Amino acid sequence: MIATIAGKELKSLFASPLAWVVLTVTQLVMGYVFLRRLDDFLQLQSQLARLANPPGATELVAAPVFGTAAGVFLFTVPLLAMRLIAEERRNQTLVLIMSAPVSMTHIVLGKFLGLLAFLLLTVALAALMPLSLAAATNLDYGLLAGLVAGLALLAASFAAVSLFTSCLTVHPVAAAVGSFAALLLMMLAGEAAIEGLNAREWLLAASLAQVLSPIKNFEPFAKGVLDTYAVACALLLVVFFLALAARQLEAQRLKG
Amino acid sequence: MPEPDPAHTIFAHGLTRSFGNHVAVNNITLELRRGEVLGFLGPNGAGKTTTMQMLTGNIAPTHGAVSICGIDLLERPTAAKAHIGYLPEVPPLYRELTVNEYLRLAARLHRVPRAMLAEAVTRVQQRCGLVNVATKLIGTLSKGYQQRVGIAQAIVHAPDVVILDEPTIGLDPNQIRDIRGLIRELGGTHSVVLSTHILPEVEMLCDRVQIMHYGSIVYSDTIAALKQFERGATIVLGLRRPPPPEELAAVPGIAAVERTDETLFRVQVSPGADPTDALVSHAGARDWGLYRIAPAQNSLEDVFVNLTRREDIQ
Repeated sequence: MIATIAGKELKSLFASPLAWVVLTVTQLVMGYVFLRRLDDFLQLQSQLARLANPPGATELVAAPVFGTAAGVFLFTVPLLAMRLIAEERRNQTLVLIMSAPVSMTHIVLGKFLGLLAFLLLTVALAALMPLSLAAATNLDYGLLAGLVAGLALLAASFAAVSLFTSCLTVHPVAAAVGSFAALLLMMLAGEAAIEGLNAREWLLAASLAQVLSPIKNFEPFAKGVLDTYAVACALLLVVFFLALAARQLEAQRLKG
Repeated sequence: MPEPDPAHTIFAHGLTRSFGNHVAVNNITLELRRGEVLGFLGPNGAGKTTTMQMLTGNIAPTHGAVSICGIDLLERPTAAKAHIGYLPEVPPLYRELTVNEYLRLAARLHRVPRAMLAEAVTRVQQRCGLVNVATKLIGTLSKGYQQRVGIAQAIVHAPDVVILDEPTIGLDPNQIRDIRGLIRELGGTHSVVLSTHILPEVEMLCDRVQIMHYGSIVYSDTIAALKQFERGATIVLGLRRPPPPEELAAVPGIAAVERTDETLFRVQVSPGADPTDALVSHAGARDWGLYRIAPAQNSLEDVFVNLTRREDIQ
């Protein structure tokens, strides 16, 4: 049942121009950053060679591409997620799924996985760019795998938060703006909160605040560190917001 | 509380739903047996759609219980929903999918096994006259075809209960005939709840009729009884210089007289009698000033208008 809903979401996404526009724009932005960084890398190569332990192409070219993709997700995920619930409510098509013998949890998981599959495609496209350099240079595959995993977790976090805001309103644009605001707030306030709490040595509170800061959880991956705490935080965030979304759908059935 | 027997496909008791302070549906009872078609009538805003949303599990009732084929809809929603097919007022169509893709999705969501998917979709397309448009995008279809896709979606999994909210709205007369034929066919094997504003449609298709007004059921009877009631004749009589009602009631063949207006009377005829001749000759002889004599139309429309107008005046 989850797979049916996820499959429908993917099909609908690719039937709408939005998905193609998002893919194109993401690819253009990442491509620009990739080429720009590659250019810089080639110019600096002679100087880098003099260093004892010079950073490689993966660090100097791939990491910025993934960082850019993270920034692009901040704008595109809310737009893609607004379709999931808010737009379906507005078009009165959600009734089909709500009348079917499917639980709210399955609906939420199906919608989430459908969107995540699309986002993972973007992540794969981001990975293809540095991989195209494999013939010319030695890539740090460990770092590259870390970047892919980190970006995938970030995408999942953004998707879960945006899916929840999509459940809150019948107005798709309001849902998108709400998701964007929530993600931006989590990024800025999350960072500030962690710094502030750490400065006061409230370490436990700081560690907890990290759950609500997806970007913070992406940082260790970008440095090539596999931080299990960051992974746990990201997964916790996803589960938390998906549970909220399912509850919200159930509450609307009760209070309507 | 009464218990459902196995023949009941829908058994809803004490169903109440309020939105804030507004009570949209107030303590209604709805029972439906296998093979029965129930006409669900009422003016706009009477609470019909809310009731249907409760019967299909789209919204939860504030009070009351619904059981579908003996399964409690509130306690085991997914099991109960498997027996329901629902066409809401606005058909839930994904415009970006083809008819085939959409019906396959609806069938999968309603747990039609993968092996039987193609067969179920083909059968429902034949039934609803969708074979020619199977590969077209739903968004490009005309309103009539979209409505048919909506109905197809509701019956693709052969549910025991089919709930149709105004299925013939916006269709041309030929399409309406087709859809009515389909509903009649469905009534043979499934139970159908049909909400509509077209009263002859109800008389044509339904076994029973319930009329809803301001959130309550104000009329519930079989169509057969309604037709019987129609034949048990009443006469509307207009007299410019009316006698006292007792004098009128004394005319042979008259069971009861009710004054509906200054000069208008509703005369209940004794079973088997025809007092028309007697009334005309009495009226002539006693100078009552007869200006109107007509059999009263006690159709569904009268019942509907009477029940749903009267309370507006109060």
